[in-house]
Amino acid sequence: MKHLPISLLAVLALAACSRQVPEAPAKNRGVSAAATSAMQAAGAASSPVAEPAFTPPPAAAIPAGPLGDEIRLGRAIFTDTGEHAHEYVGNRLSCSNCHLDAGRLANSAPLWGAWGVYPQYRKKNGRVNSFGERLQGCFRFSMNGKAPPLDSDVIVALETYAWWLSKGAPTGVKLAGAGYPKEGFKPPQPPDYARGAAVYAKNCALCHGADGQGQQADGRDVFPPLWGAQSFNWGAGMHQLDNAAAFIKANMPFSRGGTLSDQDAWDVAMYMDAHERPQDPRYAGDVAATRAKYHDTPMSLYGTVVDGHLLGSEPSK
Amino acid sequence: MTGLQFLLALVLAPLPFAAAATDAATIVQQGNGKGAAPCMACHGTDGGGMAVNGYPRLAGLDAAYIQRQLDDFANGTRRNPVMQPNASALSEDERAALAKYYSALPVPAHAVAPPAGAGATLATQGDWSRGLPACVRCHGPGGMGVGANFPPLAGQSAAYIASQLRAWQQGTRRNDPLQLMQHVAKQLTPQEVDAVAGWFAAQPLPAGESRP
Repeated sequence: MKHLPISLLAVLALAACSRQVPEAPAKNRGVSAAATSAMQAAGAASSPVAEPAFTPPPAAAIPAGPLGDEIRLGRAIFTDTGEHAHEYVGNRLSCSNCHLDAGRLANSAPLWGAWGVYPQYRKKNGRVNSFGERLQGCFRFSMNGKAPPLDSDVIVALETYAWWLSKGAPTGVKLAGAGYPKEGFKPPQPPDYARGAAVYAKNCALCHGADGQGQQADGRDVFPPLWGAQSFNWGAGMHQLDNAAAFIKANMPFSRGGTLSDQDAWDVAMYMDAHERPQDPRYAGDVAATRAKYHDTPMSLYGTVVDGHLLGSEPSK
Repeated sequence: MTGLQFLLALVLAPLPFAAAATDAATIVQQGNGKGAAPCMACHGTDGGGMAVNGYPRLAGLDAAYIQRQLDDFANGTRRNPVMQPNASALSEDERAALAKYYSALPVPAHAVAPPAGAGATLATQGDWSRGLPACVRCHGPGGMGVGANFPPLAGQSAAYIASQLRAWQQGTRRNDPLQLMQHVAKQLTPQEVDAVAGWFAAQPLPAGESRP
């Protein structure tokens, strides 16, 4: 990968922060009413006013009764997705692999940071998405599966869990700790594959394996696969370098978040995201066309050549 | 090759392996005659350990894990007044043979007591407000153990688990990759150490099979 234009980086850092902050519309696009209001919201969210803090309720506070049962089901789906939503899951990941502490942990894209900023206009699909539709996207891309219907038990249970975790949180504003901490998080030098490989071997292979395929115990997933057929596909948010770098910096190595240097986090994010994974389900016939349509950003390595390989040309199956 | 040579080769070929196995079993029962005590004196005839005394079960643990612990006792990154001299008295080959021997032993049955309540939350959910992940995130569901670096805790001696958590806290054990255990253990109160150790000791581990 060549140099990342700094100005473009800044735009993308904001634009790609699509989980919680309404996106700034891309340049040269028609600006719809929805996008205009989203832009205003984005402006408000990025003002110097301190972001409100929020602490979700403890798991022990889940109420008894049918509502509590639904919350518990949502939590179970979230933490063991393949077990409780298997018909919609196409890999060996669970939601809680990237949203730590069962979707509670700040700076790990917590559910309570997302709940109150939907419905939201998303450039990814060019329309206003409900929270349920956002969850559908997780299944299609991050879980490399298929979208559960909006009225399915899976979506309703996950919505119920997210709603319960967010009880008392202000809506319509970015909360402190929402999303991954991408704001102002830039690589001192452009990310480098070879440096990333060294960071990976030293800090990540212990759990995720030298081959990136994670580890299981008695057939049960313990450490998630980071690339290949059992990981997220080329359409998932984590394949973008800024998302991956911010997640890694804040949360990895597991329980030692914040210990990697900024450069190491970016380098190892690039190393992870420069491996093949399942094809983008929006594949447009060839890699170049798919990149032009869905990956036209320096944050995506899809359709670029890294370490002599055209990424996306031999997707994992 | 003459017929006799061929016959000799056939007969002698399996010997190195048989000899290694015999060595391990002999050391376990009699020591190595060079200062290493019989392992079974503390770890039991079946490798099940002695839970009350805090002597850990070795049967069914990962071979690479056991071998590294012996190496680390010998080089001092894991300190223990009993194990350091014993490990130092073993040759590298003997350590490897013992690790292989114990990893191949079936897990003996152990009495499962009702789990202590306070430890369950820490073990299965952690306390992220203190940066504490759930123990099972790395040690596997129910503490079944994962690979060569995350040993099983299920059914292990509570006294042993607690003593190791204190050793991580005090720095007398510091052979953990990426300082994961030192960092985690230092967040725990003395009560939490005992509670979480008790919870894992009470977790079932199917007897009669080797564990990863």
